[in-house]
Amino acid sequence: MAKTATKQKIVAMTGNAGCALAMKQINPDVVAAYPITPQTTIVEEFANYVANGVVDTEYINVESEHSAMSACIGASAAGARVMTSTSSQGLALMWEELSIASSLRLPIVMQTVNRALSGPINIHCDHSDSMGARDMGWIHLFAETAQEAYDNTIMAIKIAEHKDVRLPVMSMHDGFITSHAIDRFEVLDDADVKKFVGDYMPKHSLLYNPNEPVTFGPFAMPAFYYEQRKQLRVAIDGSKDIVMKVTDDFAKLSGRQYGLFEEYRLDDADVAIVVLGSTAGTTRYVIDAMRAQGVKVGMLKLRVFRPFPAEEIAQALSKLKAVGVMDRSDTVGTLGGPVYVETKAALYNSKQRPAMQGYVYGLGGRDTGPDQIETVIGDLVKVVKGEESPREAVTLLGVKE
Amino acid sequence: MATIKELSRKPELLTGGHRLCAGCGASIAVRQVLLGANDQVIAGSATGCLEVSTTPYPFSAWKIPFIHNAFENSAATMSGVEAAYQSLVRRGKIEKKMKFVAFGGDGGTYDIGLQSLSGAMERGHDMVYVCYDNGAYMNTGIQRSGSTPFGAATTTSPAGKVRPGKPQQRKDLTQIMAAHDIPYVAQASISHWKDLVKKAEKAFSVDGPAFINVMAPCPRGWRTPNEMTIEISKIAVQTGFWPLYEVEDGEWKLNFKPKELKPITDFLKPQGRFRHLFKPGNEHLLETAQAEIDKNWSRLKKRCGVE
Amino acid sequence: MKWNIKDAEHWSWKKYPEGALILEGGNATYYKTGGWRTDKPAWDEKKCTQCLICWISCPDSSIIVKDEKWDSFDYDHCKGCGICAKVCPADAISMHPEGGEE
Ligand code: SF4
Ligand code: SF4
Repeated sequence: MAKTATKQKIVAMTGNAGCALAMKQINPDVVAAYPITPQTTIVEEFANYVANGVVDTEYINVESEHSAMSACIGASAAGARVMTSTSSQGLALMWEELSIASSLRLPIVMQTVNRALSGPINIHCDHSDSMGARDMGWIHLFAETAQEAYDNTIMAIKIAEHKDVRLPVMSMHDGFITSHAIDRFEVLDDADVKKFVGDYMPKHSLLYNPNEPVTFGPFAMPAFYYEQRKQLRVAIDGSKDIVMKVTDDFAKLSGRQYGLFEEYRLDDADVAIVVLGSTAGTTRYVIDAMRAQGVKVGMLKLRVFRPFPAEEIAQALSKLKAVGVMDRSDTVGTLGGPVYVETKAALYNSKQRPAMQGYVYGLGGRDTGPDQIETVIGDLVKVVKGEESPREAVTLLGVKE
Repeated sequence: MATIKELSRKPELLTGGHRLCAGCGASIAVRQVLLGANDQVIAGSATGCLEVSTTPYPFSAWKIPFIHNAFENSAATMSGVEAAYQSLVRRGKIEKKMKFVAFGGDGGTYDIGLQSLSGAMERGHDMVYVCYDNGAYMNTGIQRSGSTPFGAATTTSPAGKVRPGKPQQRKDLTQIMAAHDIPYVAQASISHWKDLVKKAEKAFSVDGPAFINVMAPCPRGWRTPNEMTIEISKIAVQTGFWPLYEVEDGEWKLNFKPKELKPITDFLKPQGRFRHLFKPGNEHLLETAQAEIDKNWSRLKKRCGVE
Repeated sequence: MKWNIKDAEHWSWKKYPEGALILEGGNATYYKTGGWRTDKPAWDEKKCTQCLICWISCPDSSIIVKDEKWDSFDYDHCKGCGICAKVCPADAISMHPEGGEE
């Protein structure tokens, strides 16, 4: 680890506790949230901070996730710094509000603890919840570990509120795997976080200047709607640079440098796996083992899924021979998981591009052990050797045939 | 309360130039409610006629800060605004005294927004919720709602050969809100402006949530002439279709007590949406409508300790 | 604040405020709904008792009261609904076909 710029404390806590701690350190003006497994311990922990006067946030115990996001939108339009958190069905219930938050350009930060969408109902991890909301104009950050979940939460505030971004941010970590397992990680001083996130003052709001009243959420006929969507596209595309600027600033403070994605042993690799979330840890372990056997394999771990860093991904992967993309969600009725489809599309116009295969894994919390990663790498090696041609159909790993 | 002359000195917070239909009751309701506010007001509205017509981009009829979010969440949205206010005041970022009002039609209030409203009221936000009740989803073209009266023809409860309009009775939203035991609940009508403005004033002045259900006819949906909006509201009150009452800290009070109610047919007859009820053979439907009014009226009087 | 919305329907996407905000509350007054009228209200000063019930009953904020006295109709926005004429207890407002003699 790089030399840190400021003193930090090593803690042993769950990913959810880390997220709640980050929220405490941010001390937002308003939190409106509804409990749902596996996010629950975040809002419980934060409720403790409120109950004990550790924070002076206005904490709204709403009666549903739809109202959670509705209240967040109201509070953010009012001029407050606003946070919330959810999972799965909760995110699905918010769906309508997600695109309203982004179209109103409200910098709401939401920790999303990934859990499979019903049905059947299931409480365990996959990414179908946030992936289902991937086109709603939110920035999506994925964490592999509790450390990253904590760090992303703090960075998310700065990214969302940046004057050139002004977009909501979803910060994901894996349900139970990251949310409930105790991990050892570094946390910043309260004062450092406070200074890093700074003060928030929006350009327009309901409350700060009522003598010059503004109207939020007007009715836009065809003559006006389209331009708003163009603005949104430009804003989220442009946010990539701000994400990196904030990420670099955070590195100066914490010593932890992140990117749009992490390249692991990719330099001289022939084959690689693209993955996001906690499975990156298992993948790293398998890569090390297979490297020891002489297989030139690497990994691209996505951190920023929205805006999708297509150009950078294409650059990082174009020279490889075969790439397997692992999705912890399926987009049924089309080519494969969203990460696969988009990664493949990102490379389509590259002069040089690898063979690509899509894999779905771990739906509804199905264990994803090293054996599954080995299978993927083995498949890719076969393709490189010409023993198999790239599969058109997506492969569902670990499903009982 | 201020006299009408004093009220006329207050700034007009909802301007002309909005696109509500001629004779619409919604904007009359909004104007009278806002006359009851004595501090800076922040307003919001559910999706509906009021919202669409007062904010067609790039025009807004609201001379106060205004937010529209979606259909079912006017209350939740305003609860967030109010929470932000509490927080920013506590943190010394805002000093000015402000009051918060969320509007919704009966569709956005009785039906799709009831959960959001109930939640916001239960949480005790210092805000006023005003339902402008015109008894159907008028914005989308007159579909029935939980507030549509028995027998009314709407586009989703048309008067046909075997079904004479809406077969169900209305839901009594005002009493549902009273059951929340919030500081102030009232039912008012744009025809009784003095009563309405006074109720709005009370609603704004209580510390905590308040709810007002306002009779706000829709000439298009009711099939009444444009100029009749206020008059038909008055008849709604006189027939007991829309009793004026308030529940202040649990005390029920009837604000309008006629010796005798006018027959419900006085209310139904001028409205095209009830025309089929007056066809020969449908007398029993009129009797059912009258019986429902009589039952509700006597229950309400008992609650209010009248007689 | 005056927010210039001239030609707003032809603006480039770059020109609209972020988040589709309307930056001037009450600018609906620049939109004239008076053209919707088929009937026009007329006021008889001699009959008016200054009760102002017409003012508080107008859906279009189109009766102007100055210093607690009936002043004028805002014909730019009055939609001619006839409510004012109907509610006036003194019969001081009458409706006349638009474009006809007053
Ligand atoms: S209602 Fe009639 S009498 Fe009263 S102020 Fe208006 S015009 Fe005059
Ligand atoms: S006719 Fe209708 S809109 Fe015009 S001033 Fe009278 S009440 Fe207002």
